[in-house]
Amino acid sequence: MFDTICSIATTLGVGAISIIRVSGKEAISIVNNIFKGKDLEKVESHTIHYGHIVYEEKVIDEVLVSVMKAPKTYTTEDVVEINCHGGIQTTNKILEILLLNGCRQAEAGEFTKRAFLNGRIDLMEAEAVMDLINSQNDLARQIAINELQGYGSNLIKKLREDLINIISNIEVNIDYPEYEDIYEVTINDLKDKINDIKEKLEKIVKEYEDEKIIKDGITTVIIGRPNVGKSSLLNRLLNSNKAIVTDIPGTTRDIVEGNIMINGINLNIIDTAGIRESTDLVEQIGVKKSLDIIKNADLILLLLNNNQPLSKEDLDLFNKVKDKTSIIVVNKNDLEKRIDLSSLETNNIVYINTLTNEGIIPLKEKIAELFNLEKIMTKDFNYITSARQIAKIKECLNLISDIEMGIDNNVDLDLLELDLRHIWENLGNIIGESYDEELLDELFSKFCVGK
Amino acid sequence: MEYDIIVVGGGHAGCEASLAAARLHNKTLLITGNIKNIADMPCNPSIGGPAKGILVREIDALGGEMGINTDKSHIQLKMLNTKKGPAVWALRAQADKIIYPKEMLKTLNNQENLEIKEAMVDDLIVLNNKVMGVKLENGEEILSKIVILTTGTYLKADILVGSNRSPGGPHGEKEAKNLSDNLRKLGLTVQRLKTGTPQRILKSSIDFSTLEREDGDQVLRTFSYDTLPLYKIEDQEPCYLTYTNEKTHAIIRQNLEKSSMYGGYVKGVGPRYCPSIEDKVVRFADKERHQLFLEPESKYYDDIYLQGFSTSMPYDVQEEMVHSLKGLEHAKIIKYAYAIEYDAIDPLEMKASLENKKIENLFTAGQINGTSGYEEAAAQGLMAGINASLKLKGKDPLILKRNEAYIGVLIDDLVTKGTKEPYRMLTSRAEYRLLLRHDNADIRLREYGYQIGLIDEEKYQKFQAKLNNIDKLINTLKEIKITPNEKVLIEKLNTSPILDGISLYDLLKRPSIKIKDLIALKKVDLKYDEEVLMQAEIQIKYEGYIKKALKEVERLKQLEDIKIPEDIDYLKISNLASEARQKLLKILPTTLGQASRISGVNPSDIAVLSVYLKRFKNEKR
Repeated sequence: MFDTICSIATTLGVGAISIIRVSGKEAISIVNNIFKGKDLEKVESHTIHYGHIVYEEKVIDEVLVSVMKAPKTYTTEDVVEINCHGGIQTTNKILEILLLNGCRQAEAGEFTKRAFLNGRIDLMEAEAVMDLINSQNDLARQIAINELQGYGSNLIKKLREDLINIISNIEVNIDYPEYEDIYEVTINDLKDKINDIKEKLEKIVKEYEDEKIIKDGITTVIIGRPNVGKSSLLNRLLNSNKAIVTDIPGTTRDIVEGNIMINGINLNIIDTAGIRESTDLVEQIGVKKSLDIIKNADLILLLLNNNQPLSKEDLDLFNKVKDKTSIIVVNKNDLEKRIDLSSLETNNIVYINTLTNEGIIPLKEKIAELFNLEKIMTKDFNYITSARQIAKIKECLNLISDIEMGIDNNVDLDLLELDLRHIWENLGNIIGESYDEELLDELFSKFCVGK
Repeated sequence: MEYDIIVVGGGHAGCEASLAAARLHNKTLLITGNIKNIADMPCNPSIGGPAKGILVREIDALGGEMGINTDKSHIQLKMLNTKKGPAVWALRAQADKIIYPKEMLKTLNNQENLEIKEAMVDDLIVLNNKVMGVKLENGEEILSKIVILTTGTYLKADILVGSNRSPGGPHGEKEAKNLSDNLRKLGLTVQRLKTGTPQRILKSSIDFSTLEREDGDQVLRTFSYDTLPLYKIEDQEPCYLTYTNEKTHAIIRQNLEKSSMYGGYVKGVGPRYCPSIEDKVVRFADKERHQLFLEPESKYYDDIYLQGFSTSMPYDVQEEMVHSLKGLEHAKIIKYAYAIEYDAIDPLEMKASLENKKIENLFTAGQINGTSGYEEAAAQGLMAGINASLKLKGKDPLILKRNEAYIGVLIDDLVTKGTKEPYRMLTSRAEYRLLLRHDNADIRLREYGYQIGLIDEEKYQKFQAKLNNIDKLINTLKEIKITPNEKVLIEKLNTSPILDGISLYDLLKRPSIKIKDLIALKKVDLKYDEEVLMQAEIQIKYEGYIKKALKEVERLKQLEDIKIPEDIDYLKISNLASEARQKLLKILPTTLGQASRISGVNPSDIAVLSVYLKRFKNEKR
């Protein structure tokens, strides 16, 4: 039913080796057509072969080709992976040749979609794979692997069991009202049960927020008046870590200017180019734009000048960010201190000097302290890891508050139980035990290219 | 002489099927083994109860007979679950086992287009997979365009008592010896099911003075939307409660091997929800007692039905068991309990219209489809009668959705999930039970009854007037406001303070306020009948929850609306799991929604199917 698809499985332009993955009925024959070396149609499954990619009698690259035959492959179809030399030009050329030979460019997440549609992985695993691909560091990868092994599933299964116990008891009370020996569930039983479930679900949400930090990093914005040294601070932060400055999309619609690691956690510094170039932040950019950027950030570094008294703009900025996690970074501490911070209600103040490297390490320590990074790093994460799943859990929490409201309003138990059933269904949805189309569309559109 | 429709079997399914068929102007023949046993109640003497009572209301709303007939013949009426919300209220009648069949027979006899014949059907006449009529035991052939089989538990029935197995139907009737074998020969899958019934006890031999008494409601009620109460509250007969005890359990344990069930004499699969007493004692070993109900069977004879005590123990053990019960120490058993095994067809082999997939124009309804219960049977009988008639007129069948009726849930479950035990309707089977209430069966279904032609103009106009009145009342309640100044009125309501002006409509949403409190305010003429008041009250009070349920219906409608074409070739869809493929091939679901409810068809199969259907649709374009 499915045609043969291909795509570049590694990040383009990074690393010495790129991998191009091909999956489908004709995967082996198509690659064989452009491969000079052993006859791939005759090799054993799960073997690697040395050779060259040749097109119009010209050698394009020296490659290693892995041949994996159905059904023991990721997609359960025939899969071939071409390991070629990294570099945008070569990799793209090979991809192009594959397309010319009858492959189709895979859509986002299509390999995993096939693995799912072919029954190789369940819904929860599919999402975990997506996280695995997206995970930027080792700890996140560990969470993703745990997920694959079903910890998350088990937790949800346990909650569902709990729920079905009380649900079935209430249903029995409805269907057999005259049996006096059958325990009649009371509102108080329901209260206890939902309190328990609520606690567990809230814990999952909290864990998720922490996990999000591990997986997605801390979205950080540097703000401050012009010429206060924002670019210098950025460069200091980046240089000190020898981080690669990239242009990859961040978690928000903004562009990540660069990212550095602190205690194994990514600090994604969001491009605030617009803000930096303006002369009057609040007035010129417009309140909305700046508020949006601030709203989406996990951390705000408000940069001030040690050598100048607090201005009205500084105060405006401070007021905008005081409800967020923020650090006041005071630059130019080599110059005479003319700033008075006593009116700012915060303890998160770090003095730095971007001309030297002074204060950069204390700043990083401060960040680690604010996000409790040490603790996060040592936690066990067995929980739910995708935004879709968390959305479902939040839906459950909403239903729980509906039930609580219902209890306060003396709503009949049999009506409250309907919400309980929905919670049960929602949880089933998380582990793929009930189906709705919406879920699949949403799920698969989120997969990145090449798994 | 050819009939339009032949109905085989005069039980509750057969009565509804033949009445619907005849009322829809089809020349109809009802064939039954014994006219005296038409609409017989061989098991418990009650009609209705949770979920089942709502089935009866739905039958009534569509123009069936069961509700009307129950109103003519019950000896006790009770609304159950009144301490719970309106979604689970359920009416239950103790029907008089003499009067109920008598009244039903009267109705059948008076029905135009309907003939009744006493005979046993042996075989179907089938040509090119299309049924043409029936063949009787004596070899006589009767032709018809459509045959509806409503044979109940009579197919190859065996009565089991202890190690004793003897052929025969309920009430000492003759079993249908050959029909199920012949159905098998025609290619249908036949399965063996089992059910049972408890002892009947002589009323005058029971010491009621030591037992708990359960009376009927002290309010007059009816099952039917169209009848007035025909009984007096004080004329109702009481039921009584008793319990098993350690002694009973000891007797059962000692004699376990003597029961048909545990002695290994039973082949059929019995229902989990209706276990025999030996089953209960074994499976719930730590339970000290089991509750039993003593139900009167009729005003005209002395039998008391011992509900909860069904067993397949030999007679002597039954004597011992019964005499161990409180109040029954000296009880005289009039009829012993027995188990009955019978053949049923696999409901997965029928369409949602109740027509067989393999044999055209053959419909089946009731226990032959693997269900249990008078109400479940009647509901299917009615639908089979309606759909047979629609088929003869060349019209699409009436298929009720799961969010429209318990009948829809019942039939969808049967044709989608099948059943391995006698299927009983339960509230928990209905995911939209808040929408499928006792009170609103007419609002859900009367329109269909009218369109089909089972609800006459007069009844329909009455129904329309009711709808108008509900609307009017709700609007009035929205318009009338009560202000903080009207202190006397507010005091009367005994509710939390009113700060701004509030409409009576919003006031009614407060938990403590009832619609009758508002009427007592006399702010406006609110002279509506009880039904209208109750309906408005429920719709307003539960608006939030009802809306939530409707939203859920809307969400799932997307799947329900995706039709699966009849000519789909599941063998061509290569990525379906093999279990799913087999199930889909057998069940042939008509929508993606139905497919998603088949056990063994997983979300990934639905995804594959959905992708295939999209492509299929595009190709056709």
